Amino acid sequence: MSQGATLAAARPALRRRAGSRTNLTSGSSLGLGIAVTWFSLLVLIPLAALVATAAGGGWDEYIKTLTNEQTLAALKLTVGQSFVVTAINVVIGTTIAWVLVRDQFFGKRILDVIIDIPFALPTIVAGLVLLTLYGKGSPLGLEWANTELSVPLALAFVTLPFVVRTVQPVLEELDADVEEAAASLGAGRVTIFRRLILPSLAPAIAAGAALSFARAIAEYGSLVLLSGNLPFHTEVVSVRVLSFIEGGNTAAAASVATVMLAVALIVIVALDLVQGWVARRG
Amino acid sequence: MKKIKAAVVGLAGVLALTACSASGSSGSADQLSVVGFSVLEAANEPVFADFKATDAGKGVDFQTSYGASGDQSRAVEGGLKADYVHFSLEPDIQRLVDDNLVAPDWNTGPTKGIVTSSVVVFVVRPGNPKHIEGWDDLIKPGVQIITPNPASSGSAKWNILAAWAHITGNGGTEAQAKEFVKKFLGNTIALPSSAREATTAFSGGNGDVLISYENEAIVARQKGEDFDYLVPDDTLKIENPGAVTIDANPKAKDFLDFLLTPAAQEDYAAFGFRPVIDGVTLPQVEGANDPANPFPVPAKLFTIADLFGGWSVANDKFFDDETGIIPALQAETGKTE
Repeated sequence: MSQGATLAAARPALRRRAGSRTNLTSGSSLGLGIAVTWFSLLVLIPLAALVATAAGGGWDEYIKTLTNEQTLAALKLTVGQSFVVTAINVVIGTTIAWVLVRDQFFGKRILDVIIDIPFALPTIVAGLVLLTLYGKGSPLGLEWANTELSVPLALAFVTLPFVVRTVQPVLEELDADVEEAAASLGAGRVTIFRRLILPSLAPAIAAGAALSFARAIAEYGSLVLLSGNLPFHTEVVSVRVLSFIEGGNTAAAASVATVMLAVALIVIVALDLVQGWVARRG
Repeated sequence: MKKIKAAVVGLAGVLALTACSASGSSGSADQLSVVGFSVLEAANEPVFADFKATDAGKGVDFQTSYGASGDQSRAVEGGLKADYVHFSLEPDIQRLVDDNLVAPDWNTGPTKGIVTSSVVVFVVRPGNPKHIEGWDDLIKPGVQIITPNPASSGSAKWNILAAWAHITGNGGTEAQAKEFVKKFLGNTIALPSSAREATTAFSGGNGDVLISYENEAIVARQKGEDFDYLVPDDTLKIENPGAVTIDANPKAKDFLDFLLTPAAQEDYAAFGFRPVIDGVTLPQVEGANDPANPFPVPAKLFTIADLFGGWSVANDKFFDDETGIIPALQAETGKTE
């Protein structure tokens, strides 16, 4: 259904594999060959090239770029708002998944389908829609376009499906019998949620949060119309990178991009640790 | 060992695939690849048709690619096939000259390499409720400006330089020009990434005035956008250069020659571009304020060459990330708001 769901499902399998022996059959070595080739062509080589380009400018260029006040402001805004939006998604996304799995109500199937729309919509179209709804003369009375609020608004829109789609299948698989048994043994609702449900959901929530964060820090399309790209106010990193490229400063663009890569990596690893911790505590 | 073999097989397969696609793209003898900035997409169609009707253009097939001027220029630098390129500003051609894809003497023709031209204009709400008549009205308190981002859109640089020219072209000092542009940026509520996005943002109801190009305003009105535009008394001339690449099909030169004839310039005029040569019979230009007299001559029309010493000077002086005047002014206004 979505890449989020498959990713969450693939994780436990990966972990099991890591513990097993590594003598591959001819079939699986072909699979590994294809996987490694494909992954290298699409991800590893481009990433290496990016880092090399950034390094080509030398440390001076790196420091000069990253101490530029406008770039720093864009970095802070992007990373900060991505955290905020990811936190919102963890709570709201889990709630939506819960409602979709556990509750019966009119229009549930439709809601279930509509959740994926932000995935499918070209982001520039999303920006246009948000602009008409939250721009001047907003029918909702919320004139957020070109203000600081436009950034979390656009990010929340494009990242909404991630947590929902990672948590939903796990929640569906969850055995209600265990909860009933816990309840019959006298556990309260909070205890059941904290000790039984949350630990099972933690890997899925973390996976969704990681996807959501990674998507948010790289977002461009939905923001360019809505945020107004005002330096120090609503200019995000991707716009800054575009400016560097337009100005012919590829090394600076690559420097900023590697910083964003590092941030994404740190956050994804951190989420993995938190997820493991929550799962163990349960 | 098996692992390596599998990897090699996979890699070989991928290489075979790329080889196929590379060999499939060679064109016929008289196919011209035209790479241009977005606005030309519609404007070029009648030009192509008219060229094909000439002796030189018989049997010529056009393959086209349009997009943001800077992106298109970088694409050609990166290997996109082009016989003729047409960009919104000179630095995008200069990039190809530096890369030995365009001859250094590309700008020595009768129009100095310029193929289409326009002027910087103000687009306002119907009836001009804020009474914006000239540059000085833009910096009044409460006027909300939208202009494309000069950092991410090359063509947006025309607008900022036009604001600067309003001061220095009328005898003001650089310090006064800085003060003016600072106020201008202070009133700016959005810096969309491209001219087209800026028009979209303005159409969405945001802002009181959009700084744009005459041709962009005319075409938007042809498409039914409900807004007015006005040509300020003093403004900057926009000059879009075109050039033939070094390895181009010889027909590309014929095409460029054709573009500088009255017939082609008349086609472009219908899409709001001002002719770059004399002797063009102007058509009725729908969308212009006065379709019968679509291109009123402003009292003062500054050019990048006369007032700024050309793009090579202006680009570094105004738009360099580190030392440029505009990024510094943006930083100042951004932080004080």
